[in-house]
Amino acid sequence: MSAPPLAEASPRRRGGGVLRHVAGKLGGALTSLAAVVVLGFFLFRLIPGDPTVTMTRGRQVDEAQIAELRALHGYDLPIVEQFGRYVGDLLRGDMGTSLFYRRTVAELIGERVGPTLLLVGTSTLIAVTLGLWLGIRGAWRRDSPFDRASTGVALLGWAMPAFWLGMLLSMVTGDLFPSGGMRFSSTPPGFWPQALDVAHHMVLPCVTLIAVVYAQYQLVMRSSLLEEMNADYLTTARAKGLRDDQVRRRHAVPNALLPTVTLVFLHIGLVVTGAITVETVFSWPGLGLLTYEALAGPDLPLLQGTFVVLAGAVIVMNVLADLLYQVLDPRVRAS
Amino acid sequence: MGITRRLGSITGAAVLAALPLAPTAHAQQPVTLRVAIVQQVDSLNPFLATYQASTEIGRLMYDYLTAYDAADQRPVEAVAKSWEQSADDLTWTFTVPDGKKWSDGQPITAKDVAFTYNLMMTDKDAATANGSFVANFESVTAPDDRTVVIRTRVPQASMLALDVPIVPEHVWSQVGRIADYPNDVTPSVSSGPFILSEYRANEFIKLKANKDYWRGAPKYDELHFVYYKTVDAAVQALDKGELDLVNRMGPAQFDSLQGKDGITLNKAQGRRFNELVLNSGAATRTGEPIGDGHPALKDVKVRRAIAKAIDQDAIIARVNGGYAERGTGPIPPVFPDFHLTPEQVRPFDPAAANTELDQAGYPQGPDGTRVGADGKPLRFRLIGHTSRAYDEQAGEYIKGSLADLGIAVDVQLVADTLLDEQAVAGKFDLIFSGWGTNPDPDFILSLHTCAARPASTTTSGTTDSFFCDKTYDELYAQQGAELDPAKRSELVKRMQQRFYDEVPAIILGHDNALEAYRSDTFASFAVQPDPGGVIMAQNGVWGYYGAVPAAAAGSGSSGPSGLLIGGVVVVVLLVGGGAVLLARRRGASAGDRE
Repeated sequence: MSAPPLAEASPRRRGGGVLRHVAGKLGGALTSLAAVVVLGFFLFRLIPGDPTVTMTRGRQVDEAQIAELRALHGYDLPIVEQFGRYVGDLLRGDMGTSLFYRRTVAELIGERVGPTLLLVGTSTLIAVTLGLWLGIRGAWRRDSPFDRASTGVALLGWAMPAFWLGMLLSMVTGDLFPSGGMRFSSTPPGFWPQALDVAHHMVLPCVTLIAVVYAQYQLVMRSSLLEEMNADYLTTARAKGLRDDQVRRRHAVPNALLPTVTLVFLHIGLVVTGAITVETVFSWPGLGLLTYEALAGPDLPLLQGTFVVLAGAVIVMNVLADLLYQVLDPRVRAS
Repeated sequence: MGITRRLGSITGAAVLAALPLAPTAHAQQPVTLRVAIVQQVDSLNPFLATYQASTEIGRLMYDYLTAYDAADQRPVEAVAKSWEQSADDLTWTFTVPDGKKWSDGQPITAKDVAFTYNLMMTDKDAATANGSFVANFESVTAPDDRTVVIRTRVPQASMLALDVPIVPEHVWSQVGRIADYPNDVTPSVSSGPFILSEYRANEFIKLKANKDYWRGAPKYDELHFVYYKTVDAAVQALDKGELDLVNRMGPAQFDSLQGKDGITLNKAQGRRFNELVLNSGAATRTGEPIGDGHPALKDVKVRRAIAKAIDQDAIIARVNGGYAERGTGPIPPVFPDFHLTPEQVRPFDPAAANTELDQAGYPQGPDGTRVGADGKPLRFRLIGHTSRAYDEQAGEYIKGSLADLGIAVDVQLVADTLLDEQAVAGKFDLIFSGWGTNPDPDFILSLHTCAARPASTTTSGTTDSFFCDKTYDELYAQQGAELDPAKRSELVKRMQQRFYDEVPAIILGHDNALEAYRSDTFASFAVQPDPGGVIMAQNGVWGYYGAVPAAAAGSGSSGPSGLLIGGVVVVVLLVGGGAVLLARRRGASAGDRE
């Protein structure tokens, strides 16, 4: 391993390299974000249908009113000018107003972020813990019955569509868990009853999300640990007289963890999107459900807003993963 | 291990210590009616709310000037107790009786009525949802606290059907911009039977009974609307006892609840219909053709033959599961004053239809498909919604029926937005459509007038069928100005007879409204019309207001057991997490040094 000598190269140069690296990553992220904004704007303009017709659906309006609405929202302007306005507003932090709810997109997204983070956060935490643990155990005793069984089960979950598994779980568990929502309307106020009720409602959506995603953490962890297992430094560690599980925990796992960390961060970004189906099945009042509603309209400003936020989450997590990688792995820092 | 067990018992004790709160709270828990809303709520501001679920909640909070009777929908007292009209039908005087109060104790006066209407007449935002009702108003004044005087420019038939929530002036005069006001302040200042008590966007809306409601307090304490994304989920929740009332069910969902203990089904006459629109010549208001409809459909003989070749009863039996009524004109049987019973019911008679097409000059070509005089084969596109199972099933059925007639049909299912676009542009031969109807027939009839067609080839009109017929339009104008109910009913029926004969569209069936409730928690509901009517989506709120709890109603039963399960989940997670941590620490403490 040539890491130590490189890492010890002139500290000043290294500091500049880190800054440049960070700046490069941020620049890349901003470029991606700009692409997302452009794509989001023009992509959703391809959806057939007139936004003003969507806005007035089910209402008795005459043509003058429709023309007025169109002018009010700028839909009568050339598309390039509309885009200019949109970007200008976005830079000022204004994502527009939902056609359906007649409230600002920022406000709507703000009120849905909490439930999504709660659901996705909890399930990711459990899925990562479960996946890593199973992956480590499986790799350490490769081809054992435990390894084969746990890999098989994980792949089965990975192969199942989230919405189907969700409906199945809801049916199989009968009266044990609520069929949807985040809490019962009749639950008394107060921290404990509310928290327990939310926990109760979270079980099925959480289990569904965990079941369909944990396999990837397990498999990546398993394969990267397998790669490390024949490394010389493990033989050295054993030769020093360390117990088997210490060799695993102190030497093998930290090295094998690197690719998994990247994966975890990439997926936190993606899981927000993946929650769309689960949130829809369980009527969970989160961002995924909001996206679904926006698409059903289609509610253009809301759709653009959720698209930018969801894509933005993926990009931010990407950058975080890159930066964290630097902290964790001296080889990346040095290069 | 000892430590692990102790940690477990500590967290367990903490959770259990919190749990006894739940049963005590349950003992005092109010009697609650829990209703599913599957449709979104666009706004709680009654000046902006247009979706059915939202206007229904608005009605629970705010009375209108007049209401519709539960049994037969005739105008009855709401904010106003009595009314009279001038000889020229241009001036209406309403009397607001003494003694009615807003839920904050302030009296309800004629000033509140005048304030509400004037706001809609002067503030564009306030006219968003219901502006059409006051568009013809010249002035609304309140000469004293008990009298409202409304002057209209021309006689208006809907003066006793003004679906406008009357709001309290002392609250709403303080509101800045109407368009930005969500009206989710709790408790609301209500004149209706319920008061908004908690609003959680996309989770639930809670209302509590207005104990001082002038008609008398509701017979239970709270009304909760709980949000479900799909009807399937709502049906499941009803089955599990998490809900008391569900509507908007499909035939399969309705049948799945048949015979379940503690659940009562309500098959009611509905207000929605499904129709097959025939492109009888899409054009602008000036007659400039648009779209690419098949020319043969301009021939009324072809349209009549098609109508005769489609077996409506079979579609109702197979596609609607029997839960629909035969269609004639657009107005459903639930409004008997305006529903058409045709002079001569068109029989299902494919043989006669074949003969008529032979005679009309559409001989069959070599492949069996009929050909018009222009040499163009009768091959029609039938456009439907991918999102609706009805369109798919009825589409295949119609395709089969018309094949027997020598007409080829290509069924194309597309996204709703694309369908809307094609419909507006006249780019279809046959297309599925459907509408909900109001007690006042004006709007649904207006969809087939010449004036509803687009002004130019680049704008879109409100027309449903591009139909343009002089006789129909003349009758439409007459019924709009006719204030005598019997004469108006006659005119409306003649319009529909014309529609039926000219076949711009075939009304395939009026859907039943399918509802279900937990009869172990609520003994009965008021339906409208009575008998045979709906509980939810009424022309009023009698269903919610008139609900009677069952004698031993244990509403909210899922609460405490839910808390217990939630507690168990938390305990399991904490104990599991604690065990892992302790196991790790134990391992570490015994650690050998490198």
